[in-house]
Amino acid sequence: MRTMKIDNGKIPGYPLVNGACSVALLALLIAPGVGLAQTDTGTTGDPHAQHAEHQVNSAGVAEEGDEKTAEQKNATPKAAGAKHDMDHSKMEGTDHSQMEGMDHSQMEGMDHSQMEGMDHSQMEGMDHSQMEGMDQSQIEGMDHSKMEGMDHSKMEGMDHSQMEGMDHSKMEGMDHGRMQGGSPPPDARDPDYSDGVSAGPMHGMHGMHGESRLASVLIDQFEQFDSDNESGQAINMQAWYGSDLNKLWFKLEGERSDGRMGSTRSELLWNKAVSAYWGLQTGIRHDFEDGPDLNWAAIGFQGLAPYWFEVQATAYVGESGRTALRFEAEYEILLTQRLILQPDLETNLYGKDDPARGIGSGLSDVQFGLRLRYEITRKFAPYVGVVWSRKYGQTADYAQAADENVEDTQLVAGLRLWF
Amino acid sequence: MASRFHFSNSDFPIAASRRRFLQAALAGGVVAGLGLAPRFAWSSTSPGKQQTLSGTQFDLDIGETPVNFSGAGRMATTVNGTVPAPILHWREGDTVTLRVKNHLSVPTSIHWHGILLPTGMDGVPGFSFDGIAPGETFEYQFELKQSGTYWYHSHSRFQEQTGLYGAIVVSPRGGERFPTQRDYVVLLSDWTDEDPEVLFANLKKMGDYYNFNEPTAVDFSNDALKMGFKQALAKRKMWNKMRMSPADLADVTAHTYTYLINGATAGDNWTGLFERGEKVRLRFINGSAMSIFDVRIPGLKMTVVAADGQDVEPISVDEFRIAVAETYDVIVEPSDEVAYTVFAQTIDRTGYVRGTLAPSAGMSAEVPAVDPPQWLTMKDMMGAMAMGAGMEHGPGDMKGMQHGAATDSMAPMVIANHARTEYGPGIDMRVDMPRTNIDDPGIGLRNNGRKVLTYADLHTIGGPIDPRGPGREIELHLTGNMERYMWSFDGEKFNNAKPVHFRYGERLRVILVNDTMMPHPVHLHGLWSELENPNGEFQVRKHTIMVQPAQRITYLVSADALGRWAYHCHLLYHMEAGMFREVVVS
Repeated sequence: MRTMKIDNGKIPGYPLVNGACSVALLALLIAPGVGLAQTDTGTTGDPHAQHAEHQVNSAGVAEEGDEKTAEQKNATPKAAGAKHDMDHSKMEGTDHSQMEGMDHSQMEGMDHSQMEGMDHSQMEGMDHSQMEGMDQSQIEGMDHSKMEGMDHSKMEGMDHSQMEGMDHSKMEGMDHGRMQGGSPPPDARDPDYSDGVSAGPMHGMHGMHGESRLASVLIDQFEQFDSDNESGQAINMQAWYGSDLNKLWFKLEGERSDGRMGSTRSELLWNKAVSAYWGLQTGIRHDFEDGPDLNWAAIGFQGLAPYWFEVQATAYVGESGRTALRFEAEYEILLTQRLILQPDLETNLYGKDDPARGIGSGLSDVQFGLRLRYEITRKFAPYVGVVWSRKYGQTADYAQAADENVEDTQLVAGLRLWF
Repeated sequence: MASRFHFSNSDFPIAASRRRFLQAALAGGVVAGLGLAPRFAWSSTSPGKQQTLSGTQFDLDIGETPVNFSGAGRMATTVNGTVPAPILHWREGDTVTLRVKNHLSVPTSIHWHGILLPTGMDGVPGFSFDGIAPGETFEYQFELKQSGTYWYHSHSRFQEQTGLYGAIVVSPRGGERFPTQRDYVVLLSDWTDEDPEVLFANLKKMGDYYNFNEPTAVDFSNDALKMGFKQALAKRKMWNKMRMSPADLADVTAHTYTYLINGATAGDNWTGLFERGEKVRLRFINGSAMSIFDVRIPGLKMTVVAADGQDVEPISVDEFRIAVAETYDVIVEPSDEVAYTVFAQTIDRTGYVRGTLAPSAGMSAEVPAVDPPQWLTMKDMMGAMAMGAGMEHGPGDMKGMQHGAATDSMAPMVIANHARTEYGPGIDMRVDMPRTNIDDPGIGLRNNGRKVLTYADLHTIGGPIDPRGPGREIELHLTGNMERYMWSFDGEKFNNAKPVHFRYGERLRVILVNDTMMPHPVHLHGLWSELENPNGEFQVRKHTIMVQPAQRITYLVSADALGRWAYHCHLLYHMEAGMFREVVVS
């Protein structure tokens, strides 16, 4: 009797907790192009080929009989790639184009009372052609284009108290489509089935069943950068402590260039979850500068926009009428389960000129980064990347006047860590 | 011929005796002779070698015991030093006494899953009693009003994950309705070397921490080559817009889990012996913390004769899905003198465990490859909305369907009645038109060419325990947010929720709507859940009911047991995250 792949019930290629670092992975980092090529080689749409791969791997496991070797083998990008090559379209046998385009706005308006007795044949006849024309703004939680297009001249005299008074509930109440977000209709069901009976004393309940406070630290970028103009180190991190819905949030971004500390932005915020994917953040920002430090009040949103964009948008009001707006968006492209390409965009806008700091009003700078990381574990990922940045408007003028570069392109290498 | 019990891998017959104080009725000689990997030699828990305790008086010692399932030694939470805990063999009508001593440094508890008993004996800290403090002994005593396959486990924090679970077999007074020559417990479970607290925190910080089957750019380019760029984009559009992953099949995967049958890994190969022509009863129990298994025995038809301990009209299947906490008794009749693989792959298709049925020890059969994981479909996200519009099945897809398209789509359409608390940050989606079909085997099993058991196939023999119709209805929605890893009923976590009140003596209908894309096995303590079909007719009596993604199911409950009862999703980390309610019968 033949026995296949008796590897403790693990599938060859599925990454294991303990299967961490290997030389192959590091090699991959050094030569990402090669790694990608490998991945492609391991990719086939044929399920039979996939099974063949399975068997080959298992044979390897059985022969070597050494778990560690097997794990390393499994962790190579080739194996990882092979596993993800299934043809979903075949499996599902489904015409996705029709499904995906479903018109939510139509569902919205559907009369549910009539649905009860609905005739199937009629549903069949739903008009899919309209679906492509879906109104995304209805599903989007936040309209970023509006934010971008904000009239900056008005920010000048912005009153912080007014910002506080911004109606965030409206923002979040924006229609995400019927399945997500929104607010309850007036006749929504009452979830109270207690008949006035109160909960038991709960003595000895050591499970928390919902109550938990956790802490997390994410060092998103901890890197060495290098360009024609300068080189140095940079850090961009966030940490939080709290419950599901209320967290104390700390952010830090700073750099050291040619041995000199650059300006460092630090923020202490209260993050209150206001919808499934968004938190409202209010708090303070403190900038450590060459000159006198700057203090700001901060308010903004952080969360996950549709299509998986990780977004931070924060408005600041500082001393002597300073105002600023910061926007940051990140995206993750999974080349494989562990090899992840992360583009990110950051831009700063200011309310008024600050010649001493070389900052002009309006759009001040834009930074676009592209980092390729390899998650040796979820929590430990080295990366390489390139960051392009440019100053605009009055800020660019100040830079030119000071004989500084308006545009810069850096190569970066670093670590992404969290715990 | 009298039934012989070997709730273990040995063919050593254990008489159903009523000795007052029993030590382990030994088993396991067979496995010991199999030449297990030497790494287990030091371990005091031998995989696959299960103790069976029978009688009416039991002393159970909860402690910590070194184990090694993955190649790395860890401490497990054990009963009498074994993982799983010993099989408890009881007899219907007996009054059993169990003295449970806590040798841990933290409080503990044992819940007798599916057993009807007074609320004070149910073993849920906070409801039934205060738990068992370190060094203390708690004496459980109750009369057995039922027979069948059940199980027991800790109800304290994550002790169920670290090994505190075992099988219960209650023999019927009048003998088994379906007598067999062999009788084995097949207890499936999942083991992690990680501290469950860390595992839970990982999920809280990153919902897909353990998912390494997420859609990739490589998948996309393959799709684009095959179906065109636009189509490939369209396939992903809805998911990405909603920030949902179609690959979200299980929260915890083989990345950290090692799967076990009776405490044996796939490599250890738990083996049940048979002689040709014998009927073999396999009592499958899913004692996992988080893993839903799909079980089959290539080459053998399985006749399902009981679900959750209750006898059902025999139904012959090739495969069945067993959710966490469910039990299924199946009978197989191997006609050849060859080995058969008992194959249990997880719903997310990242791992499996296998055992073997064989005429002699040391044999094994071919182990099938794990099926490729499938993406969730629109049906799993939108329920009847997707099905009704005929979007679920392509035209060529219907052929292999084992359940007629008619029954599938003719289930009555129902509009979900969302609670006003379902619009907050803890909920990432709601299903307005859930599907009501119970004849869907679920993601990964649809149209696979095998006869797969569904709830529609299960009919409890003898009908409902209570002929009354429901006096009223209670609707509860299963809700969650994968990104925040929050889980709840009606958007309210346990710590924020009021109890659910059942009036003593009433018969009521519970309506569950799954507003998530994951199956949730929902367990009501102390009272039976009598599942109905979409037309409101009695189907099957269970203690744990799996509600599939975007599905609405209903069941009737007779509130005939006074007290405070736990009501929760049996996925351990969902329960601990808040998908839990107190039910008060008064």
